[in-house]
Amino acid sequence: MCNQAVSLIAAELERRGITTVCVILLREIAEKVRPPRALAVPFRHGFPLGKPHDAPLQRSVIEAALALLPRTDVPLIAQL
Amino acid sequence: MGDVSEFSLATRLFLKTYRWRRIDPVPCAPLRKPLAEARLALITTAGLHLPDQPPFDNDVRGGDTSYRVIPNDGDVATLREAHRSETFDHAGVQSDPNLAFPLDRLREMQLKLAPRHLSFMGSITAPGRLTSSTARDAAQLLIDDGVEATLLVPI
Repeated sequence: MCNQAVSLIAAELERRGITTVCVILLREIAEKVRPPRALAVPFRHGFPLGKPHDAPLQRSVIEAALALLPRTDVPLIAQL
Repeated sequence: MGDVSEFSLATRLFLKTYRWRRIDPVPCAPLRKPLAEARLALITTAGLHLPDQPPFDNDVRGGDTSYRVIPNDGDVATLREAHRSETFDHAGVQSDPNLAFPLDRLREMQLKLAPRHLSFMGSITAPGRLTSSTARDAAQLLIDDGVEATLLVPI
């Protein structure tokens, strides 16, 4: 449900001119709902940026997600 | 990868029969400047809120579509979690809200951050009100703040 919620919010922002990227925990949901830019991450639900208190890992996920922002070939799903 | 095998049989059946919304056409707002110069906002759907804000209402049928505003100078460590879903382990985000609302990480990264960030509670099975009302309000709030790019994190 969370994956759909971020996707629908992202679409509304994008329609209003704000560039978005979504972290996604379930790739198959992103394929169905189709947010503009998605980074599919290899973590379980509840742990979207990997591990609590692991700043380097969290930062690496964020960097991978932000790197998708300049892309315009939407909808796109990149795999971390 | 998050996997549906993490879930109970009842949840898996629900996900299998649920009518997922399909964004069509897929909108595209190109980023018009280098990322380091673009004003960035953070949105989570982890149901986080500041101690002085009301928690999300888990009794709303179809899901509480409201959101909380987290100021850019808000203290991430004090955020509380009020997400109703029983499908994930809440211990991680309760111990470190940066796991789903990484404002401390963004602050470390030399980015131009927006004055306000947003927190939703993503367990929304009936998203009509989210798309028709609250997401639009949220978009207007971010536009008023001059936001150009947004990172969205589910849980």
